[in-house]
Amino acid sequence: MISPRRKERLIALIVLATALFTPPLLLVAERAGLALPLYVFLAWAAVIALAAWLAEGGRGE
Amino acid sequence: MRGELTILAIAFGYLALLFVIAAWGDRRAEQGRSIIGSPTIYALSIAVYCTAWTFYGSVGRAAETGPSFLLIYLGPTLAMLMAPLVIRKMVRIAAAQRITSIADFISARYGKSAGLGAVVALIALIGITPYIALQLKAITLSHAVLVDYPPGAGEGREAAPFWADKSFWVALVLAVFIILFGTRHLDASERHEGMVAAIAFESLVKLAAFLAVGVFTVFVLYRGPGELFARVGETPGLAELLSLSAVPGGALGWVGTLLLAFLAFLTLPRQFQVLVVENVDERHLRRATWLFPLYLLAINLFVMPIALAGLLGEAGGDPDSFVLTLPLAAGAEGLPVLVFLGGLSAATGMMIVETIALSTMVSNQLVMPLLLRTGRLPRRGQGALASRVLAIRRLAILAILLLGYGYHALVGDAYSLVTIGLVSFAAAAQFAPALLIGLYWRGANKLGAGLGLLGGFAVWAWTLLIPGFAQSGWLDAGLLTAGPFGIDWLRPYALFGLEGWDIYTHALLWSLAVNVGLLVGVSLFTRPSALEQTQAALFTQALHPRLDQATLWPGQTPRGELRALLDRYLGAAAGARVFAGEDAADDDRPAPAALVARAEQALAGALGSASARVLIDSVVRGEALDLEAILGILDTTSETLEMNRRLEQKSRELERIGAELRDANARLRELDRLKDEFVAMVSHELRTPLTSIRAFAEILRDNRDLPDDKREHFLDVVVRESQRLSRLIEEILDLARLESGRLTLHPERLDLSALARHGVEAVEQVQQARGVTLEVAIDIDDAPVIGDPDRLEQVIINLLDNASKFADGQAPRVRLALARHKRGFRLTVEDNGPGIAEDERERVFEKFHQIQHQDDGAIRGRPRGSGLGLPISRGIVAHLGGRLWVEDAPTLGGACLVMELPEAPAE
Repeated sequence: MISPRRKERLIALIVLATALFTPPLLLVAERAGLALPLYVFLAWAAVIALAAWLAEGGRGE
Repeated sequence: MRGELTILAIAFGYLALLFVIAAWGDRRAEQGRSIIGSPTIYALSIAVYCTAWTFYGSVGRAAETGPSFLLIYLGPTLAMLMAPLVIRKMVRIAAAQRITSIADFISARYGKSAGLGAVVALIALIGITPYIALQLKAITLSHAVLVDYPPGAGEGREAAPFWADKSFWVALVLAVFIILFGTRHLDASERHEGMVAAIAFESLVKLAAFLAVGVFTVFVLYRGPGELFARVGETPGLAELLSLSAVPGGALGWVGTLLLAFLAFLTLPRQFQVLVVENVDERHLRRATWLFPLYLLAINLFVMPIALAGLLGEAGGDPDSFVLTLPLAAGAEGLPVLVFLGGLSAATGMMIVETIALSTMVSNQLVMPLLLRTGRLPRRGQGALASRVLAIRRLAILAILLLGYGYHALVGDAYSLVTIGLVSFAAAAQFAPALLIGLYWRGANKLGAGLGLLGGFAVWAWTLLIPGFAQSGWLDAGLLTAGPFGIDWLRPYALFGLEGWDIYTHALLWSLAVNVGLLVGVSLFTRPSALEQTQAALFTQALHPRLDQATLWPGQTPRGELRALLDRYLGAAAGARVFAGEDAADDDRPAPAALVARAEQALAGALGSASARVLIDSVVRGEALDLEAILGILDTTSETLEMNRRLEQKSRELERIGAELRDANARLRELDRLKDEFVAMVSHELRTPLTSIRAFAEILRDNRDLPDDKREHFLDVVVRESQRLSRLIEEILDLARLESGRLTLHPERLDLSALARHGVEAVEQVQQARGVTLEVAIDIDDAPVIGDPDRLEQVIINLLDNASKFADGQAPRVRLALARHKRGFRLTVEDNGPGIAEDERERVFEKFHQIQHQDDGAIRGRPRGSGLGLPISRGIVAHLGGRLWVEDAPTLGGACLVMELPEAPAE
C-alpha cells in the first residue's frame, strides 16, 4: 500500500505535470522567449526528478 | 559492410540473439529463478511503446510539425505517474482473476461477457493491423535505404510480385520467430518471461542506436548544439518549427494529442500486455514511474537536432529516414548498420508483443468461445484442448502478421508513418472508457460498455479509417470535401461542421463523446446481471481488503468431474497443480468453493475468463447466482461497514452490561449493608427486653427479702418484657417469611366490616385502659373481600395500636372508618397526633423505623413499637392484592393510615 502522504504528493505531482505540459504555461514559456522543445525538456526532466525522488527517496514515510 | 548478404546475416544474427535471450529467460523461469524479477527490466520492457514509429517516425514528425512529436511521450509520462494509483489496481485485478489480455480484462469486468470480449478483440484487430503494417514498412524501407543508398535503385520495388517483396518475407520470418518463443507452452498464467527479457534487451539496443546517431549528428556533423542551432537561426522558416504554431491544431491540437497518447498508452494491447499481464510484482511499478519517462526523455533528446540537421543538410529524401541518411551521407560505415539494428529491434519488439497479445485475444475471445458454443471441442483425451489452443494461437499469429503485410501492401503507402500510428492510437483509445470508468464506477454495465465501444469505434472508423481509404484512392475523394451524398455536416474531417481542428483531436472528441455518452447513459438506465454486479464490485474494490472470490460460489460440483474437466482441457499436470493438497481419494464429495474458484482461474489463465466461466458452468449443478446472496456477501465496503457496525454494537452492549453489572454490584452492597443493619437492629431490639428481664430476675434472685409489692412489680415487668420479646420474635419471623415469600396465607371470602368490628372489640379494652377515645364509623354492612381473616385482623389491630401510640398525649383520639371506594373498600385509621411529615410517609414502612418524637418521654404507659408492625402489615396487604399507605387525617388532623382491598368477585 502507498502511504496517504505519498499518495497526496503523487497526486500533486500529477497535477503539476499536467499544468506544465499544457498550453497556458506552455504559451507563457514561449512568450518568455524559451524555445518550446527546450521548455518541454526542462519541465519533463523536473517532473521525472520529482517522481524519482518520490518513488525512491520517500520510502521511509 | 552494406552488402545485401551482410545486412541479412546481421539481421538474422540479431534475431537469433533475441531468441537465445528469450529461451534463457524461459528456462530460468521454469527453474524458478526468474531473470525479470527486477523493476529495471520491467521499466525497460514497457519501452516496447517506442516502436519503429518512434525510431524513424519521430524525426519525420518533428521535421513536419515541430514539437508535436513530444506529445506522444508526454501522455505516457502522465499515465506512468498515475501508475501507483491506476495501473496498480489493474495489475492486482489481473493477478486475482488471471487476466490474459485487455479484451479479457474488459470482458471480465462486465460479467465475463463473451460478446464484449469479442468486440474488443475485433476492434483491436482492425485498429492495430495498420500499426503492424507500419513496422513492416519501416523494416523494409530502412533496409532499402541502407542497401540502396544513394537512392535511385529502389524504384522497381513496388511493381514486383509479393514473393519478391522483402516485407512479406520479414513478416513470415517474424511469424515463425514469434511462434517459436511466444507459444511454446500454454501455462495457467499467460506470462512470457523470456519474451519480456528479450524486449527489455531490445529497448536497450534501440536507445543506444538512437543516442549514437544523435551524438554523431550533433557532435560530429556539427561542433555541438550551439553551432547547429545557430545554423537553424540563420535559415528562414526553420526556427518556426520550434514553436507551438507548428503543431497541428495549435493549443487545442496539443491538448487533444496529449490526451490521445495518454489513453492509448494504457489501452494499446501490447502496453496492457507488458504493463499488466507480464507484471510479476506490483512493487516494480514504483521504479517504472520515473524510469520509463526517463527512457522516453532520453530517446527523444536528439529527435529535434536530427530533424533540423536533416532539413539543413543535403541528405534530402524522406524525413522519416533521416536517422539513416544522415550518417550514410556523411560516409559513416558502421553507424548506419547500428541504426538499422536499432530500428529493427524497435519494430520487432512491437510486433512480437503486439502479435502475442492479439493472438491471445483472437484465440481466447473469438475462436474459443465460438468452438465452445458450437460444441466442436475435443471431448476425449487428456490435455487435448491445450494443444488445440496452441494451434489456434499459432495460426492466429501467422494470420495477424499476414494481415499486417496485406494492409502494408495495399494501403500502407498512402500514409506516412506518423499518420498510421495515430490512427491506431485513436482506435485503442476507444477501450479507455470501458476500462477506466469500469475500474472506478460500479454502475457501468455490459450493455453500456458494449454500445459505447461500438459507437466509439463507428465514429473512429468514419473520422479516421474511411478518410484514409479515400486518400488511398479506394473511395471518392469527394467524400472528404463534400461529405457522403453531398451531406455537408457528415464530412469525416468536419463532423457536424466542426472545422479547423486537427483530424486526431476531432476524431478523439467525437468518438469519446459518443463512447462515454453511451456507456454512462445506457448504464444509468439498464440493470446489470448478478454476475456483472459481482465482477463490478471485485474490480472497483480491488485495492481494498481482499474479498475471497471463493465465497461467491454457491454451486455443487463433484471433485471428480472438476478434475476431469481440468485434465481434459489443460492436461494432467495442470490438473494436479490445482488439486495440490486435496485428497484425491474421494471423487464424489462436492468440491469446496475455493477449489472451484482455483479451477476457474486456471482455465481463465489459458482460455480467458468468459470461456472458463462457460466450462465451469457446465459441471456445476443447481446454481444460479442468487442476486441477494451475492450482494450480501460480496460488497466489501458494506461488509466492512457491517463489521464495524456490529463491533460498535457489541461494544455498546458490553458497555451496557458493564453498567448493569456495576449497578447490580452497588445494589448487592446496599443489600449487604441493609442486612447488616437489620441484624444489628434485631439484636438490639431483642437485647433490650432481655436485658431488663435478666436484670429484674437477678434482683429477685439476689434479694429474697424484698417487700411483696416490689417483688410483684418486678415480676410484672419480667412478664411484660417476656411478652414483648415473644411478640418481637413472632414479628421478625413473620417478616422473614414475608420477605422470603414463605408466608402462608389462607385466603377466603370474608366480610371486612365484621372483621373490623371484631378487631375494634379486641383492642377496645386496652385502649380504654390507656385513655384513648376510639371512634368507629363503619357505613356499610357488607364488605366482601378475599383475605386471611387472622392476618387481616392482625393488620387492623396493628393499625389501631399504632394510632393510639401516636395520638395526642393529653386527649388521645383514634378513629376507624370503612367505606366503599370504587371497586374496593378502604379502611382508614386516623389519630389526632402530630401527623407524619410528607417525606417520612414511605419510611414508616421500613423495617425498624421509629418516628422520633420530641416528647418521647411524655408517652408513658404505652409500649414502644418494634418498628416491624407496619412493614409486616404492608406485606400482608400486598399479598392480598391491596395497598397500605399514609395520608393526612381528614377528621382528626393527625396521621391516617389507609388500607385498600379489592372487592371480592360475586359468588
